[in-house]
Amino acid sequence: MREGLDHWTFVIAAYAIGVAGTALLAGWSWIAMRRAEARRERSREQ
Amino acid sequence: MHGFANPARFLRLARLLTAPLLLGGALIALAALAWGLLGAPAERLQGDSVRILFIHVPAAWLGMGGWSAIAAASLVELVWRHPLAGIGARAIALPGAFFALLCLVTGSLWGRPAWGTWWVWDGRLTSMLVLFFLYCAYVALADAASRDGEGNSRIPAIFGLVGAVNIPVIHYSVLWWNSLHQPPSITMGQSQMAPAFLWGLLAATLGFSLLFGGIVLARMRTILAHAQAEARLRRRAMEAGDA
Repeated sequence: MREGLDHWTFVIAAYAIGVAGTALLAGWSWIAMRRAEARRERSREQ
Repeated sequence: MHGFANPARFLRLARLLTAPLLLGGALIALAALAWGLLGAPAERLQGDSVRILFIHVPAAWLGMGGWSAIAAASLVELVWRHPLAGIGARAIALPGAFFALLCLVTGSLWGRPAWGTWWVWDGRLTSMLVLFFLYCAYVALADAASRDGEGNSRIPAIFGLVGAVNIPVIHYSVLWWNSLHQPPSITMGQSQMAPAFLWGLLAATLGFSLLFGGIVLARMRTILAHAQAEARLRRRAMEAGDA
């Protein structure tokens, strides 16, 4: 017996998790990099 | 290759590439995903759930490719003592773990409408889950090694090499054992996939790969900047102690 599932619910969930997760990872990596490099510059000036 | 062993030379190149890789990758991946969502046709048997392909397959390739890169960097670190190889492997581990997890989650979301189940303990799914656990263990080992000093960086490098045994197991699992998972649709130089899906999939893989590269470069720059700041602060503290 085949269930009458709405495929779009699963498609939208997969895309939302993929896009949001990748964006969070990329954004967090970029911000962490900028903070670390700013800290390095501050340590040079001190 | 050895020219990039110099962190200053590497940093010059990384500063040039990080933002273009992130931006270019995001644009290409978003365009490919938009095509997957709105442009690609529904498949005869799997219906609209086939659109998950455009996010699931790049995630699987990057999860496996990430560990292959960790293994290669570990070999370079152990054999040639390349100073950036260990940093590179450490930087790859977290995005690799993320894409392995994304592969598992999107696979589960695809499996429910296509197979009628969220999960089966078959060779492909189980070996991919093992890869995710290997990534978690590598992250923990590499963090512990970085806290303990340089001498222990050999332990995550050896772990990175040994864990690579799982990569061919994942790849061949659908051929070695019975599985609900389909066999590979794309092999070296051959594709059984319709062009409407193939080109979109290649574009999505390119976009996510560029993003992966940008994330790895950003994380390498973070690790290097922390190490340089720590070294400078330690040197100052020692000079103050001597005075």
